[in-house]
Amino acid sequence: MIQAGDTVFILVSAALVLLMTLGLALFYGGMVRSKNVLGTILQSMAMISVISLEWVYIGYSMAFGPDVGGLVGNLSWFGLQGVGVAPSDQYATTVPHLAFMIYQCMFAVITPALITGAFAERVRFWPFVFFSLGWTILVYNPVCHWVWGQGGWLAARGVLDFAGGLVVHLTSGVAALAAVLVIGPRKGFGRESFMPHNLPMTVLGTGLLWFGWFGFNAGSALAANGVAATAFVTTHLAGMAGLAMWLLIEAKHRGRPTTLGAASGAIAGLATVTPAAGFITTNAAVLIGLLAGACCYMAVSFKNRLGYDDSLDVVGIHGVGGLLGTLCLGIFASLKANPAGADGLLAGNPAFFFTQLFGVAVVGIYAFAVSWGLLKLVNAVAPLRLSHEAELSGLDLSEHSETAYNT
Amino acid sequence: MKKIEAIIKPFKLDDVKDALNELGIKGMTISEVKGYGRQKGHKEIYRGAEYVVDFIPKVKLELIVAAEQVDEVVECIRKSALTGKIGDGKIFVLPVEEVIRVRTGEKGKEAI
Repeated sequence: MIQAGDTVFILVSAALVLLMTLGLALFYGGMVRSKNVLGTILQSMAMISVISLEWVYIGYSMAFGPDVGGLVGNLSWFGLQGVGVAPSDQYATTVPHLAFMIYQCMFAVITPALITGAFAERVRFWPFVFFSLGWTILVYNPVCHWVWGQGGWLAARGVLDFAGGLVVHLTSGVAALAAVLVIGPRKGFGRESFMPHNLPMTVLGTGLLWFGWFGFNAGSALAANGVAATAFVTTHLAGMAGLAMWLLIEAKHRGRPTTLGAASGAIAGLATVTPAAGFITTNAAVLIGLLAGACCYMAVSFKNRLGYDDSLDVVGIHGVGGLLGTLCLGIFASLKANPAGADGLLAGNPAFFFTQLFGVAVVGIYAFAVSWGLLKLVNAVAPLRLSHEAELSGLDLSEHSETAYNT
Repeated sequence: MKKIEAIIKPFKLDDVKDALNELGIKGMTISEVKGYGRQKGHKEIYRGAEYVVDFIPKVKLELIVAAEQVDEVVECIRKSALTGKIGDGKIFVLPVEEVIRVRTGEKGKEAI
């Protein structure tokens, strides 16, 4: 039966998650050089259109449609056949099925957009679109089904992911790693400085992401209830703890707290708490946020030493965050926080921790392998890299014939 | 006639401009430039990575003066731009063949 309160909550949450993709566009846009800002923003924006279309025709059915062997949904909901105003009998049973569908659509949209930070400033637009579409069909939709779909095999094994630590952050993080390896570093990497051109823009993006994250995590309760309130609060606490931790470590390590550090720490905390948000207590959320700030800072520093050009740190923040958060859920989960969840290691249930570890390994390996293969395939058909000359003149001019700042 | 080009610290621009005004200099062209000399650059930190920024912002003044005024103007700029620290800048004096005012077509000193 449709409940008005739940329906309002899910529809508003869907709008909030949509806003995150545009927030992400600004978050990334501020971190690139001024000659690439429009191209970077457009990569995220384009996903809103491409993936929404994909989702309505096949994605939703693949992820949430009737199960085929625990691996994927069949295509019987092609073009939203049978997905209407009446609530689903499996998912979010108190809101119109269409509301649940569009809420999940926004998750599918932001996930490939997250990957774009890894190959920022050097890929061609159309090959990027083909890759992202293929990636959503081959990686996002099946993994979403395994974890959240009715009959999904990881869910059946007891793997929990409240709002997308595995489905969104780990998949995009390991895809980013594959992309960095296949596409290679920017011209001049290691010799020139690629400094962010507009950090206030990045901070504005951080704000929109944080704001939207309440829809992402609290909305994942799929009802306006106590779990939603728990997830809302744990989300905020982890974000603020991540911000604080990053600043403290940075001040200790490099002598100065920085604005980009604050933004990075907040996003690290928010990404890390995502899989756990509705299953943990508020104290655990603060700990997870602190851990996220520390681990993601170290991961990003480690990347600098390894010399990988993960330009905007998708691996270090989203990949590590998704992995860490999913494992932290295995440690901190508590039935007291949510009776529909699980007890973790600290509540005397080590088996759940290993279940989560299994989930991380399966999703990580699958997403990495398929992303790698797909990148190679797209690259062979339509090269992803810009020509040397185009890369030097910048995405904005060479791919889109426009420039962001005309004085 | 001579052209005087001065590279100075940006925060000294107002002092230099006021001092030149008192001397009766009626116009100048300025631009924001970047460069380095003995001062070298500075460090910036983004996500834990240090970047050395070689080129630091400076302001370049350009003005044309009569040959007999050069010493006085150069001294004026030097005094007003001085902080005594490395990075105060440099002043160049170049010969100028001709000056023409676009509006009236006046030439030479009249056009300065």
